[in-house]
Amino acid sequence: MANPLKCDLCPKPATVHLTQIVNNKVHKVDLCEECAQAKGVTDPSGFSLADLLLKASLNPEPVAAGVRCEQCGFTQADFKKHGRFGCPHCYETFRGVVEPMLEGMHKGSEHKGKVPRRAIERRSLYERLTKLELDLTEAIKTERYEDAARCRDEINQVKQAFGQTPAR
Amino acid sequence: MTIASLIDTPSELTDSSSSKTAIVLMTRIRLARNLAGTAFPGWAKSAQREEIFETCRAAVAGTAPMKRSLNATIAELSELERQILVERHLISRELSGAKAGAGLVISKDQAYSVMINEEDHLRLQVLRSGFQLKKAWNSITELDSALEEQLDYAFSPQLGYLTACPTNLGTGMRASAMMHLPALVIAGQMEKVVRAVNQLGMVVRGLFGEGSDASGSIFQISNQTTLGEAEEEIIKRLGSVLNTIIEHELNAREKLMEADAGKLFDKMGRAYGILQHSHLLSSGEAMNLLSLIRLGIDLGIYPEASRAVVDRLFIEAQPGHLQHAQKGEFEPGQRDLLRAARLRGEFANFARPDFPFMNDGKN
Repeated sequence: MANPLKCDLCPKPATVHLTQIVNNKVHKVDLCEECAQAKGVTDPSGFSLADLLLKASLNPEPVAAGVRCEQCGFTQADFKKHGRFGCPHCYETFRGVVEPMLEGMHKGSEHKGKVPRRAIERRSLYERLTKLELDLTEAIKTERYEDAARCRDEINQVKQAFGQTPAR
Repeated sequence: MTIASLIDTPSELTDSSSSKTAIVLMTRIRLARNLAGTAFPGWAKSAQREEIFETCRAAVAGTAPMKRSLNATIAELSELERQILVERHLISRELSGAKAGAGLVISKDQAYSVMINEEDHLRLQVLRSGFQLKKAWNSITELDSALEEQLDYAFSPQLGYLTACPTNLGTGMRASAMMHLPALVIAGQMEKVVRAVNQLGMVVRGLFGEGSDASGSIFQISNQTTLGEAEEEIIKRLGSVLNTIIEHELNAREKLMEADAGKLFDKMGRAYGILQHSHLLSSGEAMNLLSLIRLGIDLGIYPEASRAVVDRLFIEAQPGHLQHAQKGEFEPGQRDLLRAARLRGEFANFARPDFPFMNDGKN
């Protein structure tokens, strides 16, 4: 059996399917019962599909159809089918889809809890190390030996710090 | 540690005897975590899933709480072993049916369990008997921080820990309590409680999670949202909801006793009789009878020490545990016979009810 369509606003299965033709263009919206109710879809007098579509157009960066996550190849259609994303980078790729969805789903849209300090520290050390190594090569090439010596010292310091935060 | 010895060791849940467990049987917190730059388990190719599994297994098994832990792939476990782990709340039903490259690490005392490649790369869980949200949080955040030394988690400053499903973004935390609420069920107030709890942003489910029924009047209450609040705030909010529910349950008990103690005692006395003498018990009926006995313990009709026995039986009356105790195959039709026999055995030596003096209409 095929997977049921997921609601456009949350990951629940969609039970309300709407089609409206605006300016000769077909717009389709799939919603779950609760979102349909919250958006007033069940009240025929008060509802306009335009509101929902407008909301989508207010997205920070609307996601064009057919966009694939550059890291894992996931598409928006895959999300509709599975209700799950393909990889962490998908949250960057499909930002325009995620952000409006969060509103009804969570208490806020900004993380306020624990932060993986060590992992972040490790990443910034790694970035620093990469930059220093480039600087060192450059300094040697241009025969700026004082700069080169300073880079090497700093590289050693960073490497030592790395030793205390082993990477996987 | 082997799966056989783990199964034969009472778990954190089945061996509790603290009086703190009167209404809240157990507290559980789980954290969803994923590796940076790696496809989520549902999207990863099978070779990649194997790789993720090995990376996570090594990191998890190396942490202090997981010293001498059990670790296994799902494929290594028999169907019965998986079912027993589900009945003990150590793994989810989803994991027990997962494809290759999924597995688990469970601590020796069964307080910690980590699922690998379920919906997320890592699902860390800690389980404590009784109402111990803060203690549970301290334990799980410690395990999480230890893992962070080894693994690069997928994290965004704005969205927090990145999870396969957007409903778990942010803290990736689900804190839950398993509550025994017989008086609210008898008084028909559960529906009202569920609605009120939902409005406070918490969810009520049955004993075995989503879609399961609430046999035995046991419910799981957990936070619904994970983004926009710090872990401590969520826990504080959940804690106050739980305290309110406890208060309502205690009030409902008092009212039942005031209104018609005779009727309540009759239910508890009959439950005792059936558990001692019946020959066919379905899982649902057994759970409901045990629930009445447990209520009797809280009301002082049976000794406090019996609560641990009832809590153990809640688990051991489940099909997987019954089959394991029986050692060997049996027909599904025999299950109710076996369950009744098991409970008859346990209740043959169970303390007799000590009902307070009742005015039976004389004088």
